[in-house]
Amino acid sequence: MLEIRWHGRGGQGAVTAAEILATAVINEGRYAQAFASFGPERRGAPVLAFTRISEKEILLRSQIYEPDVVVILDQNLVTMEGLEQGLKAGGTAILNTAFEPKDFAERFTAAGRIATVDATNIAIKELGTPITNTAILGALVRVMGIVKMETLEAIFKERFKAYAEKNVNAVRSAYQMTKVFDRGENK
Amino acid sequence: MKRMGLSGNYAAAYAVKMADVDVIAAYPITPQTTIVEKLSEFVANGELDAEYINVESEHSALSACVGASLTGARVFTATSSQGLAYMHEVLFMASALRTPIVMANVNRALSAPLNIWNDHSDAMAERDSGWIQLWASSAQEVFDTTVEAFKIAEDVQLPVMVNLDGYIVSHTYEPVNIPDEEEVRKYIPSKPMKNRLSPSLAYSIGVVGPPEYYFEMKYQAIDAMERSRVRIREIESDFNKRFGRSYDDIYTYFMDDVEYVLLTMGSMTGTARVVAESLRSRGEKVGVVAIRTFRPFPSERLAGILGDVGGIGIMDRATTPGGSSSPLYEDVASCLYSVQKRPILQGFVAGLGGRDVSIGEFEMMFMATKEAAKSGRSKPSIYVGLRG
Repeated sequence: MLEIRWHGRGGQGAVTAAEILATAVINEGRYAQAFASFGPERRGAPVLAFTRISEKEILLRSQIYEPDVVVILDQNLVTMEGLEQGLKAGGTAILNTAFEPKDFAERFTAAGRIATVDATNIAIKELGTPITNTAILGALVRVMGIVKMETLEAIFKERFKAYAEKNVNAVRSAYQMTKVFDRGENK
Repeated sequence: MKRMGLSGNYAAAYAVKMADVDVIAAYPITPQTTIVEKLSEFVANGELDAEYINVESEHSALSACVGASLTGARVFTATSSQGLAYMHEVLFMASALRTPIVMANVNRALSAPLNIWNDHSDAMAERDSGWIQLWASSAQEVFDTTVEAFKIAEDVQLPVMVNLDGYIVSHTYEPVNIPDEEEVRKYIPSKPMKNRLSPSLAYSIGVVGPPEYYFEMKYQAIDAMERSRVRIREIESDFNKRFGRSYDDIYTYFMDDVEYVLLTMGSMTGTARVVAESLRSRGEKVGVVAIRTFRPFPSERLAGILGDVGGIGIMDRATTPGGSSSPLYEDVASCLYSVQKRPILQGFVAGLGGRDVSIGEFEMMFMATKEAAKSGRSKPSIYVGLRG
């Protein structure tokens, strides 16, 4: 089972990203669960969302305390404390930032891999708004695989209709521009 | 059949749409709202030909449902927590007037302090209202149980409450197999009901029942609930044959040579199963029993299943302050009083107001149950994860 924790701010679509990923996994015939840590929903407040992915039916209903992957959608959240909390040793951190992944090697000590992409810039360019949830999915697919790009694109078409193409471009652009730091290769 | 990623709430909405309901009356409340939002969308875009009645409160929502049901319409409503509490007096009328209403109750804690998260205090407070109470532990179960609920309600002429845990089930997206609409319609065909109000058949219902009549009339609803036990199981078995998924009023897991079990209800059953499997691999003879039909409570069958088990841990997500224990515990204890070798019971109160119940806490509950069984005496209710 693969467990992912998403960090975003209200309005950026972290919950939607968690759900789109789960839907993609389900559409490919596997099992997934997407849920959020619901609270007073305010635009701009830090929010948490989660995705569980498995080849088998998922029965577990407790929260995720030790994720395999943390994804940070907001560039300003990257400096916040607690993002690395519980990340499994050798896990993956995917960050929306213009900085290099190796700049975060000491920040995410447990991470075996760190990936960065300037999702905010991509979102502004492709969508005209700093909503980073689709762009960050491109980085996730680049680093983790998990689902096919075509599966994501089909979901965008169904969901975003007239905006589907712009989101597809954001994902593709992020996929291309993601930089990865692998601790194993950089010892 | 179609496999989709759906939240528990959307699974409920799809089931209601496929059941081709005639009337929906509801008032929005978190975390139920997305059920009726989806349904109003279905009605607005023409996918569902139903009357959607906007009301100003839950009291009116259920009152509108009772009236509609008395005309023979197929009726649905949904609520949570304070909304269910506000329906309180109408709940009793719905059951005594034998209206086959189906309601989704997305379980949420009761105020105060205001809390939108999950526990079972809302449903437990309406335990004695004469409604059949079914509990679903996944989005798939929500869909299937809601479809079944219409069949059960109309067959036994009693309202049915389908309970799903707020957020944990209601807002979690997961795979759901949605059968073809035709198959659902065949399973629950709309058929005219007898003695229903219409412009050509006008009479008074629910007027004064003096002491000479009240008792007998009330007894009819009690008797209907008793008789529903057999019918529910027949309807479940019919469902299982048609749709290939297996439902029962009690689920049992890992019961071979079991020494002690944890009894749950709702979504926590999944985590309990995961933890039991892991404990089994370490040689612990644990099992899990889950209640799906809380009303009517499957007392006889449960006594048969649990009579020989050494220890039973009972996990409640609600309390009965000042009572002898907690609601689920009380039912289990009273049905086991008559068995020869009474198992040791250990009560747990967990997850109030949406507090997460972790894997470690489930392990603790299994171990505390084992300890109680071994020592031959249990502790007072253990409040799992309570600080201070």
